[in-house]
Amino acid sequence: MDDKVNYLLRLGDNALILSQQLSQLCGKGPALEEDMALTNVALDLLGQTRMWFEYAAELEGAGRDEDQLAYHRDAHDFKNCLLLEQPNGNYADTMMRQFFFDSWHYFLIRELTASSDARIAAIADKSLKEVTYHLRRSGDLIVRLGDGTADSHAKTQTAANELWMYTGEMFAYDAVDNAMAAAGIAPASGVLRQLWLDHVAEVFAEATLTMPSPDAWMQKGGKQGTHTEHLGFILAEMQFLQRAYPGAEW
Amino acid sequence: MSKEWPLWEVFIRSQHGLAHKHVGSLHAPDAGMAVNNARDVYTRRNEGVSIWVVRAADIVASSPSDKGALFEPSNSKVYRHPTFFPMPEEVKNL
Repeated sequence: MDDKVNYLLRLGDNALILSQQLSQLCGKGPALEEDMALTNVALDLLGQTRMWFEYAAELEGAGRDEDQLAYHRDAHDFKNCLLLEQPNGNYADTMMRQFFFDSWHYFLIRELTASSDARIAAIADKSLKEVTYHLRRSGDLIVRLGDGTADSHAKTQTAANELWMYTGEMFAYDAVDNAMAAAGIAPASGVLRQLWLDHVAEVFAEATLTMPSPDAWMQKGGKQGTHTEHLGFILAEMQFLQRAYPGAEW
Repeated sequence: MSKEWPLWEVFIRSQHGLAHKHVGSLHAPDAGMAVNNARDVYTRRNEGVSIWVVRAADIVASSPSDKGALFEPSNSKVYRHPTFFPMPEEVKNL
């Protein structure tokens, strides 16, 4: 598979899987206002998914469209980071996953607005305002939960500790990432990690949370298609209709 | 103390509107989150360019039983309405 198509699918799969996870909370948020906010984020991410997949499908030239990329690929063809397929858990888990992702996503999208690929730069430009708001919101909630009651602090710290090992993968460059960085399409290796660590440290300090060690052992494999058991269940629900009735439309 | 988040009233100034208009209410623990929530609940369809939130408890309202004394005296004073002047086409937003 072409490196650029692969890279675009990674971008799209991250947004798609997180969008699907957040959509599962529709109608189940802890408050009406949070429920609306989560579904807004889910819809923003779904819109971004479409733009990445449309471009990937065009470059691939195999006659697939964005729906086929979303609904007719199996788990091992998905390239999302493992972080995003981790369960919604309690609200601290949901928001910590969101905050870790948003902090990375914001800096990534910001760097991609300067991509040497004009189409990628344009998509990033369009997404930047959305991801800026996502980060503002999830960072705000992490501070509130962390610096809230003893109970919310404990749950938020636990969520941070348990999700931490899935964060390293976002910065681990492989051959595809390196090829994209060399072509000026993606940011250079190492740029995002420092920005991310600094931002997370700042928010954790305000939230009175302890940041786990940046040198801790990290899980990886999602980008290359090796997933945790959770992804299969997410896809089973997300893809059911198109698998059972291929090509079904509104 | 109540465990419920306090109620906030939300006012939004629309794209072409000159004044903030009451659009509804929501619950939030403080002003910052009330603005965020207002954005998420009330501006999903590109409604606004500016948001005001105010605690519902801080609004002082007139009493319905005072209606007569407050408003009826102006009923008979039609000369307070500028309806006797032709308005030039060019004057907008009056």
